Amino acid sequence: MIDTERTDHVWQEDRGQRSFTPAQMAFRRFVRHKMALVGAGLLIALILYVSAGSLFYSEENANYVDLRARLSPPSWEHPFGTDLAGRDLLARTIYGGQISVIIGLLAVVVSVVVGVLIGAVAGFYGGWVDAVLMRFTEAVFNIPQLFLLIVLAKFFAEGVPTFEILGRTFSGSVVIIIVVIGLTSWMYLARIVRSNFLSLKEQDFVKAARCTGARDLAIITGHILPNTMAPIIVSATLQVANAILAEAYISFLGMGVQPPTATWGNMLNEAYNHLEGAPWMWFFPGTLILVIVLAINFLGDGLRDALDPHSLAQAD
Amino acid sequence: MSQQQALVEVRDLKKHFPMTRGILIQRKVGAVRAVDGVSFDIRRGETLGLVGESGCGKTTTGNTILQLLRPTEGKVLFDGVDLSELSGEELRLLRQRMQMIFQDPYACLNPRWTVARIIGEPMRVHRMAGRKERMRRVKELLELVQINRAHINRYPHEFSGGQRQRIGVARALASEPEFIVCDEPVSALDVSIQAQVVNLLERLQDKFGLTYLFIAHDLGMVRHICDRVAVMYCGVIVELADRDPLYEEPLHPYSQGLLSAVPIPDPAKTRARQRIVLPGDPPNPADPPSGCRFHTRCRIAQERCREEAPSLREAAPGHWVACHLV
Amino acid sequence: MSPLLDVNDLVVRFSTVAGRVHAVNSASFSVDRGETLGVVGESGCGKSVTVLSVVGLIQQPPGEIVSGEVLYEGRDLLQLSEQEMSQIRGRDIAMVFQDPMSSLNPVLTIGRQISETMTVHLGMSREEARARAIELLDVMGIPEPAERYDDYPHQFSGGMRQRVMIASALACSPSLLIADEPTTALDVTIQAQLIDLVRDLRDRLDMAIIWITHNLAVVAELADRVCVMYAGFIVEEADVFDLFAEPLHPYTLSLLKSVPRIDQVIDEELFAVPGSPPDCLWLPRGCPFVPRCRFAVRRCHQEAPPLREVGPAHRAACWVDVGTGRER
Repeated sequence: MIDTERTDHVWQEDRGQRSFTPAQMAFRRFVRHKMALVGAGLLIALILYVSAGSLFYSEENANYVDLRARLSPPSWEHPFGTDLAGRDLLARTIYGGQISVIIGLLAVVVSVVVGVLIGAVAGFYGGWVDAVLMRFTEAVFNIPQLFLLIVLAKFFAEGVPTFEILGRTFSGSVVIIIVVIGLTSWMYLARIVRSNFLSLKEQDFVKAARCTGARDLAIITGHILPNTMAPIIVSATLQVANAILAEAYISFLGMGVQPPTATWGNMLNEAYNHLEGAPWMWFFPGTLILVIVLAINFLGDGLRDALDPHSLAQAD
Repeated sequence: MSQQQALVEVRDLKKHFPMTRGILIQRKVGAVRAVDGVSFDIRRGETLGLVGESGCGKTTTGNTILQLLRPTEGKVLFDGVDLSELSGEELRLLRQRMQMIFQDPYACLNPRWTVARIIGEPMRVHRMAGRKERMRRVKELLELVQINRAHINRYPHEFSGGQRQRIGVARALASEPEFIVCDEPVSALDVSIQAQVVNLLERLQDKFGLTYLFIAHDLGMVRHICDRVAVMYCGVIVELADRDPLYEEPLHPYSQGLLSAVPIPDPAKTRARQRIVLPGDPPNPADPPSGCRFHTRCRIAQERCREEAPSLREAAPGHWVACHLV
Repeated sequence: MSPLLDVNDLVVRFSTVAGRVHAVNSASFSVDRGETLGVVGESGCGKSVTVLSVVGLIQQPPGEIVSGEVLYEGRDLLQLSEQEMSQIRGRDIAMVFQDPMSSLNPVLTIGRQISETMTVHLGMSREEARARAIELLDVMGIPEPAERYDDYPHQFSGGMRQRVMIASALACSPSLLIADEPTTALDVTIQAQLIDLVRDLRDRLDMAIIWITHNLAVVAELADRVCVMYAGFIVEEADVFDLFAEPLHPYTLSLLKSVPRIDQVIDEELFAVPGSPPDCLWLPRGCPFVPRCRFAVRRCHQEAPPLREVGPAHRAACWVDVGTGRER
């Protein structure tokens, strides 16, 4: 019997070709992307800032009111200056950053869960299930997010208790904001997931799984979902930036997280009346928002290229 | 004739795809009659070829027999069991005995799964063995399809087209089936590799006593591997016969035109041939011609052919033709 | 008489992410006036790149025509400017591709697309071009050509679209038609129609044809001479009757033996060529077919055989005589 295997690999072995897993190939493609690396670096720096920074400043520092030092410009004692109530802005950006980032991440978790569920069910089952779910999605999609945010935030704002996690006190409004942002930003992902499911469902390897007798759930989780991870990851990453911005909007409008808990957004709100007089009040939180959103977008672009399913078959 | 038992019996099988229009409520405006009344048996141990050109419904027939698409009408019996009468779970369990090999080696394997997981899936689904035993069997199957067992944890993209197709064959064998639908298994492969895969299929059939439905458009390959051949045109079978009688003396005008159109790698012979060139294009399965579907392109068509669709009749022992004029 | 097209030592490379692809390696062939040359090979053998280079349709970069000359009626096409080439393309040398849907502009009527070649190259008026286009469509066997002149490509079936392509290609009566896998995507009965059509036309128009395909049987129908390509090399070239009667290169031999025919029954296993076609990312030291060749001797591993005469008007790139199995 002819050993077809040996001759198949003669060329490749001669060249010393290595074989990579799909994850390794994606990683290699990612590190070729300069802007993505910049974005990743900035993001890591910012995360370090808001987390490790709490080792240097305690939460009390952030909320410590010192009226004598109110509205003072940046100095050695207060590197970012102070706000209306004399609170140190550097400390507030650290703790505010923690909240903003947490809100961003958790809101995305909510939106991914909802979006993937709806998209998967609609795409896999099709028919009237798909029709109903998609009309619903489009309906929600057409409501301006900000409007929904404001209404829901106001609606749920009262009567939510504060609570403590990891030694920090959070006002209940944080949870509300997370849920509200999550529930108003899942639609885009649902559409993408649905369209991916619709096309993947027809792929031969899915047909093969059905032919083998695999159950629906096994097919969805084992075959289709793993092949649609790329757009989910990219979309989720970019959504974090949107969530952070959404939080900033509503907090800026005074409907979001309430003081004294700081977020970058409500710091901007406080700076509103002092735009010219005390520019440091809006400059630092504003710049931090800008930087984190940019960093996330660069990272997201890099991920999108790295995870492009069409490139999966290329040997580096 | 029937010393061999029929493993698969297809009776008047139809598969229509509705065409709909509408935004909120879908209205049915017509149907693509991809398979429109097809009947045949597949005997245990044989290879039945199903040939025809694009749009004739052969792939849809294969999918519908395996219930990957639910039939619009008609019955499929597997080993005497009517597949449409089975519950979802019963059908799922029966799938262990009937499998499929697909056309496109680049799409038939999940790109994110290792070869071990891909070939092991049928065994896992049907709870055939524990993990260790499964792995042992996967290695055995790899050897059977001549793929290096050491590559068991590699991904599909690390293999060539021919190798991927052989992995697909290994997967089809994993559940120890009796019947395999081969849907154009070599059409997407380079010519010099097609022979490797076909030889493998034949060897496996001898070894395991498999029954094949071989769907293809390459008539040369079909002549080599099949015992009997059915010719499809626009959703119906126009001729069904043993291999040699069909190739040497086709009775249906379409089969004659089809065989006449296939080029032969022998310039002297092929240029001297008496050619029957079929005019026009194959009809639209959404709007097939009245009566005999072939009458619009048939050189011997008569009035009756336009009005009445012929049924499949036994014109000679074992040789069935659907034509009024034969 | 000198040949219409004379390609000498054409070398083409591509720079890709994976490395440099040696697409065409020192290809030399010629086509006489009115002659049909069949170019046969599997995917990746370089047949398409060769002819695309002839008509200057290779993008450089990432492609690169490293060396060689392409003499058309004595002029080296590789030395011409893009403007000069565009005058030859469509008028003297016409091309037909595999997928008519992507060669035809979907938003223009087919009539307009056919007329365009004539108004541009032959300076015809719109009315003249229209009349001639309708004539061509009729010759191509398209029913009701005057009405169909105003139809769009998507309103035609695959076979019809290919006829439109051929009509467009023949509009300016080129002396050379290059057809790159024109029937590969079509059903066999439609392919037969087109082959008949082309046979009829070329006799009437005295047109040379280069017909590229991976199907050896198709060249048996049409070609006067055949080139077999493998891994960017031309490995055999001969008169069509000689090639099929007595193939002299192991690759041609294996191709002929491994493809089952409708007029023969093979009771044992098909002859299977081991291994798979290479991806041309590097140039082997010896013959490219060595890993898959039954006849390989020592010399084959060390030195690539040149394409040379091994019989009357029959060239092969092989050190071994496949009849005896011994080195020539």
